[in-house]
Amino acid sequence: MSQKIAPQPNPISQHYFQCAKEGKLCLQQCLTCHRHQFYPRSLCSHCGEQALQWAEASGLGRIATFTIVRRGISAAYSTPYVVALVDLDEGPRMMTQIYTEDETLLVIGLPVHVAFEPWSDNYLLPVFKPVHEFGES
Amino acid sequence: MSLGVAITGFGESDLGVVPNQSPMELTVAAIQQALVNTRTSRGAIDTLITCNSLVQPIMYHAEATAEYMGLTPRHCITVGTGGGTTYSALRQAAAYIREGMSQTVVFVMADSMRSFITRERAMVIQASAGHATFEQPYGPTVPAYYALIAQAHMARFGTTEAQFAEAMVSSRAWAALNPRAQYQERVTVSDVLASKPIADPLKMLDCSIVSDGGAAIILTSSERAKDLCDLPIELLGFGEGCAYEHISQAQDLTTSAAVISGQKALAQAGLTPKDIHLAQLYDCFSPALLIQLEDLGFCEKGGGGELLKSGATRPGGNLPVNTHGGMLSHCHPGNPGAIFGLTEAIRQLRGDADQRQLKEVQHVLLHAQGGIMSSHATLIAGVEA
Repeated sequence: MSQKIAPQPNPISQHYFQCAKEGKLCLQQCLTCHRHQFYPRSLCSHCGEQALQWAEASGLGRIATFTIVRRGISAAYSTPYVVALVDLDEGPRMMTQIYTEDETLLVIGLPVHVAFEPWSDNYLLPVFKPVHEFGES
Repeated sequence: MSLGVAITGFGESDLGVVPNQSPMELTVAAIQQALVNTRTSRGAIDTLITCNSLVQPIMYHAEATAEYMGLTPRHCITVGTGGGTTYSALRQAAAYIREGMSQTVVFVMADSMRSFITRERAMVIQASAGHATFEQPYGPTVPAYYALIAQAHMARFGTTEAQFAEAMVSSRAWAALNPRAQYQERVTVSDVLASKPIADPLKMLDCSIVSDGGAAIILTSSERAKDLCDLPIELLGFGEGCAYEHISQAQDLTTSAAVISGQKALAQAGLTPKDIHLAQLYDCFSPALLIQLEDLGFCEKGGGGELLKSGATRPGGNLPVNTHGGMLSHCHPGNPGAIFGLTEAIRQLRGDADQRQLKEVQHVLLHAQGGIMSSHATLIAGVEA
């Protein structure tokens, strides 16, 4: 049984995955222009300054676009699965998967909330669920 | 007006399914054919520009290609802008000639995505299109990236799956006239809609094919070209544009940097989209073609679906697109896919396109892109009136 593709954190991004392990979605925020960014970097991609801090995000966002993948990338990914871009309330856009009980109800703009799923051996990865499903069993 | 650089001719390797030649051998076969077609002596090559093979990458690809052939060009350079390499590399070739550094440039691209790759390796190459840490783990395939764009376009402009399907209908209508096309059977919108679902809204027939093959282009100054061939193909304008690399970083999912690239190229050529007789575009997936039609100015933004549906891009239409069949039907060996848009344009401009020959063709717009509609390159080519 092949494994799902594992992230390859570097010294900067490892904090993001440590947060995920603790059930928190953390973003870098610029101390100069105060904007958030994703993915983690050594400088602010908005203003170029280098003073950044980590801030826990609300975990809320909206689906910017999505696709239901019918032919998967490998046997470790059972089809169908939903790959999406989510616009976080803090501003940044990120790729993720949407976990939902009914993918026919997915639409662009749908409010979603972060959840954390085990991924390969050592990681929890942020995925998103429709807000209206969140908290249900 | 010409930039002072012209194409004297080209060569193609065997195309389609070529299991008996490695990527390097296809590369060499394309160059050899180009030398024969243009009656150029092999020693005349003073610049060799290549693109690396995805299937069998070589660290110093251009140098290794020259060495394989026993050549010692002054300049060897391997250009890599993914699918956009064809026109970025030609811009590089033009610079060598315009700066007086080179008289005879050979630009070659070839690969064997069909015959020298396993399905598993193909999936690995697919996955590597994404960010290793922040995209790949979620399992996006290359079609899935374009599906994200297609879905956004449908939501924003009301584009339909049937309109995306018209891309393959048009491609096959041309490919049916091209004996060198890998797939020549005509298809209908219903065929496309009924083909295997890949990543919603894209089906199998919204996706390009997988092939082996390559081509080589020979360039020199316009002045020299007049003596070397009957009808030099003049380079009239170049443009490039880049908005991001990874799709998750795209600020605008439905408008690409093709806008910038296309406007720059047309401005340098002193032309507008209305002056273009043939558009050779990058049809890796149906939404890419549709969005290029909009972003390059052939219709208003959001009108790509209607334009495709109108039949304008098909044989007999007033905006012929990819008359060889494009990467949806003709040949798509990976990064070299767009170079066949150029070899077909040369055929069309010289009246050598047989049943596909357009009545009037003086100015051609050629466009390619790398990444997930990330980096763009445009060339305007033509012949003297």
